Amino acid sequence: MKIPILYNVRSMLQRPYSTALTALGIALVVAVFIGMLALANGFRVALARTGSNGNVLVLRKGADSELSSGVGRDVASMIAASPHVATGPDGRPLVSPEVYVLVPMGKVFDTTKMANVVVRGVSDQAWIVRSNVRVVDGQRPASGRAEICLGERLVARFPHTGIGQTMHFAGRDWTVTCHFTAAGSAFESEVWGENEQFMPVFRGDVFQSITFRLKDPAAFEDARRSLQDDKRMTVDAHRESEFYAQQSQLLGRILAILAWTITSIMAVGAVFGAVNTMYAAIAARQPEIAVLMTIGFKPGSVLTSFLAESGLIAAIGGIIGCLLALPINGLVTSTTNWASFSEIAFSFRVTPLLLLNGFLFAVVMGLIGGFFPAWRAARLRVVQALR
Amino acid sequence: MKYLPLVLANLGRHKRRTILTIASVALALFLFASLRTVVTTLDAGSRFGGARRLVALNATGLVFPLPLAYANRIKAMPGVHSVSWANWFGGRYGDGKRFFANFAVDPVSYLAMYPEIVIPPDQKQAFLQDRTGALIGKRLLSEFGWKLGQNVTLQGTIFPGDWTFTVRAIYTPTDPAIGDDVLIFHHEYFDERIGRAGIAGWYIVEIDDPSHSPAIAKEIDDAFRNSSSPTKTGTEREFQASFATMWGNVSLLMGTIGLAVVFAILLVTANAMMMSARERTGEVAVLKTIGFSDRLLFGLVMLEAGVLALTGAFLGLGGAKLLYKATNFNAAGFLPGFNVTAATLVLGAAVAVVLMLASGLVPALRAARLPIVQALRHVE
Repeated sequence: MKIPILYNVRSMLQRPYSTALTALGIALVVAVFIGMLALANGFRVALARTGSNGNVLVLRKGADSELSSGVGRDVASMIAASPHVATGPDGRPLVSPEVYVLVPMGKVFDTTKMANVVVRGVSDQAWIVRSNVRVVDGQRPASGRAEICLGERLVARFPHTGIGQTMHFAGRDWTVTCHFTAAGSAFESEVWGENEQFMPVFRGDVFQSITFRLKDPAAFEDARRSLQDDKRMTVDAHRESEFYAQQSQLLGRILAILAWTITSIMAVGAVFGAVNTMYAAIAARQPEIAVLMTIGFKPGSVLTSFLAESGLIAAIGGIIGCLLALPINGLVTSTTNWASFSEIAFSFRVTPLLLLNGFLFAVVMGLIGGFFPAWRAARLRVVQALR
Repeated sequence: MKYLPLVLANLGRHKRRTILTIASVALALFLFASLRTVVTTLDAGSRFGGARRLVALNATGLVFPLPLAYANRIKAMPGVHSVSWANWFGGRYGDGKRFFANFAVDPVSYLAMYPEIVIPPDQKQAFLQDRTGALIGKRLLSEFGWKLGQNVTLQGTIFPGDWTFTVRAIYTPTDPAIGDDVLIFHHEYFDERIGRAGIAGWYIVEIDDPSHSPAIAKEIDDAFRNSSSPTKTGTEREFQASFATMWGNVSLLMGTIGLAVVFAILLVTANAMMMSARERTGEVAVLKTIGFSDRLLFGLVMLEAGVLALTGAFLGLGGAKLLYKATNFNAAGFLPGFNVTAATLVLGAAVAVVLMLASGLVPALRAARLPIVQALRHVE
């Protein structure tokens, strides 16, 4: 027969301080766990959302980022003529040959702090090729003018980013004509303008990448083979979504490893705390346990009961931890993505799954911490304890 | 100190509890020291830089090169002692999973400017004489199993193709911020293979008097302002600091986690101390009866908390120091010169003292203020 859980709840209330301290310790571990994984999560999601499954990104062969790539105009026109490229409503191919550079810009709160911001020169088709991009404010840059459109996330962090203001880089002034969002992706940390405007002021007559929409998203392999086998060009074709996910791997992995290392060390400390609490609780309640056993409860029931008690304390800690971690959801932070050397801003992402994991993590800590004390309680010699 | 045996005996009564509490304090301070060292290492990296060295970059951005012809013009400026130049190469070795810095430099002037890079004289000669030779940090030897005289091939990501170098020399940095996992090769060979483009990624300018650095930096920038490649010149320290700021809020993040860790462990220790105190109410009353003063009892409980906190701190901080030293840890090249500093150890010890005061205070006060008669009732 099972010992009612109410017994455990009442016992916990008998020692409110010790219960609260143990639960709080576990809550902090859970909060750090959720917080760090939310950071890794947010970063990965920002980059994963950047690429689309239906798009292909073409780089020079061997280049591992857009920055180190270079493809000529001839390649751009060959790709535009490829049968794998989808066409827009006006019958033109959905291709965007792009100029990609990093420009150091001073931040708004401290202009001595520079960040490398991605400046991307796109064709007018890019706004259709990149289906996640939406202009939220203002008008798209007009062709042939020194105008730029800014990702939402740049606006608060850098000076002169309001519509109608001018930004100065590459020795010229650029008028901001619009702001865009891109579903929280890395594009939101970029400056977009017309590729033909950026070419002469940056690296001359060369594009860094060519992105096009596939006519048939399932035919990526065919498209890739036909481009890479084409003797007229030496390029690598990547599925856009995979390429950007790849770009997040290095830092994403570092963040995740960091999260796990830090929280497991913390967790061991918190488990030790739980062990202490439970041993003390059991030592204080020896006569009670003996009585329980005398009136017929089996050692198995005692074991379960104390495990449940420890699990319950931890579960309370888990819930507090989840509550502590919730406010960081959506908090914007920024860091350099070392794979592309550019700065990207992204939000912490606390997902229900992450909260559930944090909660389970707490319960597991409680069960591990409670096992040995509960085991000892179950093996108590009744006669001795009743003295 | 004659009461120390009493305190130790008290701690020894619940050996398991004592060990677990010390272990959790040790883990907490280990984490604290590790997180703090990430911050100090980044910080040390950002403060690296010879006082006499300036760095000139293309004002448009890090990825744009400068013409090689600038070298002679800068060298002719008053106050300039010597000029060297380098170009980021960005080659990958093998599967490219282990990233390391590699760049082309003008070897004679570069090595003369960086006394921090120490090379055995015969190896230095061998490297200078071999156009396709490479100078590598000692860590690369152990990481990749390279040997002196061996050919190693890098795949260029920015400059395509296979580039084969012969390992001619191995350096040891005297300043940890330089990093011991860099591959350096001849700019002359680099320039030849990319078709004599005549480019330099950045210039390093050694000046005679550090106090003139702002004026000379301005003079360099003014000289090239109206050219196709304007420069941005600053001290080497500013150049390094700009890299450190790229990490964004990492320091803040590490600090916050460190605080959370310390606080979590404070709860665990405080809990353990309170449990011991509660169990010993009767004993304290007996001690008081036989003449122990309130103040002495307060001190004894505090001392007990202190032994727990300080032993834990000693193990945790010492463990961190030894572990990172023994494993030569550098976070896969991201944190060169990762070393737990003395300041971090002192700070960790201070945390332990705070831990002692915070966890011992309530039980110690309770012991000191315990009314004897009431407490003796509990004694069986």
